[in-house]
Amino acid sequence: MVAIMNATETNATEINPEWVVWSEKLPGGAYWHGVIPRWQTLRITDLAGSQGVAMICYNAERPMERLNVADTAKIQFNAFLHQGQVLYSDMGRVLFSITADTANGHDLICGCSTTESNRAKYGVGEYNKFGQNDFNNSRDQFLKALGKWGMCRRDLMPNVNFFSRVTVTPTGGLQYMSESANPGAYVDLRAEMNVLVVISNCPHVLHPAPHYRPQPVQLTGWRSPAPTADDPCRTANEEAIRGFVNTDSWWAQRPLAPGYIL
Amino acid sequence: MTAIAERVLDPTQAVYDYRLPARQPWSKVIQTGQILRIVDLEGNQAVDTLIYNAADTSERYSAPDTVVRQGNIFITAGTQLISNAGNVLMTVLNDTCGRHDTLGGACSMESNSVRYGLHKKHLHACVENYLLELSQYGMNKRDLVSNINFFMNVPVSGDGTLEIVDGISEAGKYVDLRAELPVMVLISNCPQINNPCNAYNPTPVRLLIWD
Repeated sequence: MVAIMNATETNATEINPEWVVWSEKLPGGAYWHGVIPRWQTLRITDLAGSQGVAMICYNAERPMERLNVADTAKIQFNAFLHQGQVLYSDMGRVLFSITADTANGHDLICGCSTTESNRAKYGVGEYNKFGQNDFNNSRDQFLKALGKWGMCRRDLMPNVNFFSRVTVTPTGGLQYMSESANPGAYVDLRAEMNVLVVISNCPHVLHPAPHYRPQPVQLTGWRSPAPTADDPCRTANEEAIRGFVNTDSWWAQRPLAPGYIL
Repeated sequence: MTAIAERVLDPTQAVYDYRLPARQPWSKVIQTGQILRIVDLEGNQAVDTLIYNAADTSERYSAPDTVVRQGNIFITAGTQLISNAGNVLMTVLNDTCGRHDTLGGACSMESNSVRYGLHKKHLHACVENYLLELSQYGMNKRDLVSNINFFMNVPVSGDGTLEIVDGISEAGKYVDLRAELPVMVLISNCPQINNPCNAYNPTPVRLLIWD
């Protein structure tokens, strides 16, 4: 059986200010995209009781390789993400290690909100004076961000939802658990290759609140310690060890030829 | 597990009847209103399936939209198979198996190397089937998303534990899918030999289409 780190064993890490590369606050309803270099860490902090933060990610140097939530769940025999686990790409490699996690759960099943799901929940949104729609949805936020990287609907895969706990009943029913809200909680994602990240800070598609009031999160990129030989994520189980063999192998041979475009 | 089709579907009246061998890919455009039946001929054969809008293949099956729309992770009779644009691609009319998985995704060379051992990398896999079949449409790995695994049983427990357990299908079980718009259906008759989803033995399936 797979060894699973208990959530209570979380080793909360204060980030040394000298390690911080950048930090910014992402308002509710907004999106962010950028690259986290190998062995730097992205910390997402739930400032005020998030209603869910949707994320997709890609191999930044070759975005044909992308997050695969089905492989991430089945390889680790678990549909809920937590500390000690990794996010697998569709190439048997690791995009991110979850090196710290003080949240109450992350969802791999439900995907993201859409125009239709928001309209059903909140009604028809209007554009305000800043040109923002009242009810931004994650599907559209993903597409806007991907468009800036020359990518489109073909490049969308199912996403992960941080700060959201959705359980499944024995008959397959979905239940959004309200204890997901946990102001101050954070998750640390250590990049295992150069990772292109797109984050949409819109409410989870099953969040029960009838009003659209997504809460801000803090995004911090920091130079985290390089993984050691006994790194908990890299040695969590046989599958993780093999996933990192594949990842490190690709890192060693990734294209460096002249004309290669990042 | 309610059958919602009133019609009696007589195999002798089918406009298409094909025995898809073990391990092989298949694809076909199904017109609006046509019904595709997938028959699990020998039992517990995982049939990995993706569906595209035939007129614009950037619109394709979305596992999370399907799961959220119906509020349930299992696919069975009555389930609408939803696209990434929120449209109903196909409707499950009849299902004599009871449940089908859409969380587990497809096997690939690369995931097999992680799941079963680096030496298993060069086994045949669903993604290989998909890529070969998609190549005739000018499509590639960009077009692959989480799929449906017909006749597979993947429950999720309260703590999130996800297991690929022995199937609940058996020889002769089938599922009927009605196209709600012209769709391209892509199938990999899964070659997986490392887990119980195929009872460690890939077997053929039968594909029937009625107008």
